[in-house]
Amino acid sequence: MNWFSLITATSFMPVPATKESGDVDNLYIFLLVSGLISFIILIGGMVIFIFKYRRKTEDQKSAYITHNTLAEFLWSFIPFVIMMIIFAWGWSVFHDLRRVGEKGDVEVHVTARQWAWTFKYANDIEINSPSDKKLLDDPDSTLLKPEIVVVPVGKTIRFILTSDDVLHSFYVPAFRNKMDAVPGRRTTFTFTPIEKGDFTVFCTEYCGTKHSNMMATIRVVDGEQFAAWQAEKIAANAGANNKGPAERGEALFKGSLGCSGCHSIDGSRIVGPSFKGLYGNKRDFADGSSVTADDAYIKQSILVPTAKIVAGFPPAMSSFQGRIKEDEIKDIIEFIKTLK
Amino acid sequence: MAHEQHNYLNHQKGIWSWLTTLDHKRIGIMYFVAIMSFFFLGGVFALLVRAELFTPGKTLFSADVYNRMMTYHGAIMVFMVIVPGIPAIFGNFVLPIMIGAKDVAFPRLNLMSWYMLMIGAAITGSTLFLENVDTGWTFYTPYSSIKTGLGVIPMVLGVFIIGFSSILTGLNFIVTTHKLRAPGMTMNRIPLMVWALYSTAILQVLATPVLAITLLLLIAEKTLGVGIFDPQLGGDPVLFQHFFWFYSHPAVYIMILPAMGVISELVATYSRKVIFGYTAIAYSSLAIAGVSFLVWGHHMFVSGQSEFAGVLFSFITMLVGVPTAIKLFNWIATMYKGSIRLDAPMLFAIGFMFLFTIGGLTGVYLASTGMDVHFHDTYFVVAHFHYVMVGGTLMALMGALIYWFPKVTGKIYSDLAGRISWVFIFTGFNVTFFPQFILGNMGMPRRYYDYLPTFTELNQMSTFGSWLIGTGFLVGLYGVFYALLKGKEAGNNPFGGKTLEWTTTSPPPHENFEKTPVLTGGPYEYR
Ligand code: HEM
Ligand SMILES: [Cu+2]
Repeated sequence: MNWFSLITATSFMPVPATKESGDVDNLYIFLLVSGLISFIILIGGMVIFIFKYRRKTEDQKSAYITHNTLAEFLWSFIPFVIMMIIFAWGWSVFHDLRRVGEKGDVEVHVTARQWAWTFKYANDIEINSPSDKKLLDDPDSTLLKPEIVVVPVGKTIRFILTSDDVLHSFYVPAFRNKMDAVPGRRTTFTFTPIEKGDFTVFCTEYCGTKHSNMMATIRVVDGEQFAAWQAEKIAANAGANNKGPAERGEALFKGSLGCSGCHSIDGSRIVGPSFKGLYGNKRDFADGSSVTADDAYIKQSILVPTAKIVAGFPPAMSSFQGRIKEDEIKDIIEFIKTLK
Repeated sequence: MAHEQHNYLNHQKGIWSWLTTLDHKRIGIMYFVAIMSFFFLGGVFALLVRAELFTPGKTLFSADVYNRMMTYHGAIMVFMVIVPGIPAIFGNFVLPIMIGAKDVAFPRLNLMSWYMLMIGAAITGSTLFLENVDTGWTFYTPYSSIKTGLGVIPMVLGVFIIGFSSILTGLNFIVTTHKLRAPGMTMNRIPLMVWALYSTAILQVLATPVLAITLLLLIAEKTLGVGIFDPQLGGDPVLFQHFFWFYSHPAVYIMILPAMGVISELVATYSRKVIFGYTAIAYSSLAIAGVSFLVWGHHMFVSGQSEFAGVLFSFITMLVGVPTAIKLFNWIATMYKGSIRLDAPMLFAIGFMFLFTIGGLTGVYLASTGMDVHFHDTYFVVAHFHYVMVGGTLMALMGALIYWFPKVTGKIYSDLAGRISWVFIFTGFNVTFFPQFILGNMGMPRRYYDYLPTFTELNQMSTFGSWLIGTGFLVGLYGVFYALLKGKEAGNNPFGGKTLEWTTTSPPPHENFEKTPVLTGGPYEYR
């Protein structure tokens, strides 16, 4: 990090990557400069008075000044005017960031859930982020590698956000924009990228254990590359449909259903129990009962997770009722059977 | 001393006489002991939270343990330290004396408020051993209502009871101020500390019930499945935020107005000068109290509320900025042509103004909708509210402690200990929280257990600063014990204060004054 870059006001902000973010930065520079001037007047004045009017002898007298109407009027009115400028400027920038109701050239439905994002394009391309791979090779890191969501440069992109469970918030620092994903509601996040490159998405509304892990990468590319990417994804989707049930189950597990966020397949503990060696083996429950994991048990756990709570784990899973189809459950069971 | 002076400390003896006391001065001391213990606990959590963030990835604890510590730190500091802090401790001690009264209007209610705080704190604290809570101090639904453990119920029940303690104290102060002023003390002659406590009390009485109801609704949803906030039951998750901030925005002024009162006293006494713009300071407190009820939506600019709502809340928020600025100008104008002494309390007052200016100015950034969208829920907000709340309230609390210590105990607090403590707290504070503004610029969200490696250096600075702050408060605590054991006798008015508490003995007698004082002028007549 370069400390000297303090000289330019917005140097700690990520590069502004959208049309709107440049306007936010201009407002920021105004705020910083006007704030700095106010600070210097106030604190500078205070420091000067401390030194100038320091008590030097014990009987030193002070002046008797109770008020001064002109001064008081000025220091109320001038801040008021400045704040009104900041208000109005903020409003105009805000209006550009919001653009409610405006259709995008590219529209993507984004669903948040503990602790992942699903991006679904109009032509059924689906990206789930983060992946199940570690972001860093540091053994202590808990961050997972974000998946890449591709959008074209220069076009209006609209993300339509919602959440399956709790509040999340979709934040892209380089776009200077964020919007909550609210269960039961749709909100929009509209932007026009002007810079190509990779930009990180964070979740900024606290949502539990792996809140800090809900990342994604938005990759801005030019039009042809975007078209090529889409074609490639569509082809891959077609290929996936020819796969066997266990492979389809694996894709669901790691992908759109996001099971891998809480359950490992290698025996390690994440939030919920691992699926390694689950099928056909005994499970002990918090209430003391136990059962051999079979199709019926796994299906019940997906649809009514609170029916049987595995001993030593919190009842943290929410129901997939309505979000999962009958064949998908079968595919997942097939996949779990392979995890010996 | 030749003969044992008769005062409120030796008026009665034994622990039982304390636990059943109706004397506002003793109750103030009981609050001090209780709140300082909470502060210690909240501080330990703060240090642990910062220690975990020293490196990216797992440093000491798992994510769940981190989230819990973050929750307890916030909930303890807000509900059990900063909200009750100055009013309960110093308000109780000095308010009646400052207006020349024998006690507060309802002494029994006053003792009951203390017990409510204790009971509430015990219930909230019990969750530490029963079932830890990991929602953050804001308890946002639906996470709190459906996605996390049942510990939330006792936790918010405790906060609910603490809220009643706050309401009762507020009620008591309002009536005391109206009914028990000494002869000659008109409303325009009461000290600014009293004005601040009075405005705070109005907020406490009007805003806290909203919090109470909100928490009850949350409990109802969690235990009975009544659909209020949870969309799966047909509720509205954002409704909770409206309720919560309808209390919690005014609450930030409950936290800061008493501190502003303290600063007014300190600046006048240590500048030995009549306060500049008494009326402006007094009435700006009321203005702040009034307007702060209409701005809660500025915490929800990105919650999905309409653009119009956002803009309206932004506008009203800007209006709160004006009376806040007026106060700062007035304090500084009071120092103009003063006779200033930089004793430890004055250093804390200056520290307050420095930190509060930064906190207040960054508040304006956040009040501007277009800017807040970037900063909301990032470390920038964490820095902002620590600058105003901690920099403001805790600086004032330390200043108040050293300033009124001789009045309370009859002993002088060592100025040297106060100054050393100040140096650590003030530098530590800036080292801790200034980097967080930059982290916010870079986009680091708040309540993060783990972060990208690019945020490492600034987080390390911040953690290092937290150790300095910790040291500073330990020195401050040492000063208390040292003064109690070895402090010099204080005399009645060691700092040349002009308000009424300095006209009685130190420590004051059981009923505050031997003879009821009669006022002939305003509170800060340094001529
Ligand atoms: C008087 C002293 C002040 C105190 C004690 C205070 C306290 C706080 C606190 C505790 C929060 C964060 C709440 C949370 O999410 O945990 C906050 C946020 C905020 N403050 Fe202040 N504040 C003060 C002054 C101001 C001023 C003068 C303004 C504007 C003129 C302001 C505007 C804001 C805004 C807009 C937010 C929301 C930021 C966000 O979440 O995006 N504050 N303040
Ligand atoms: Cu607020």
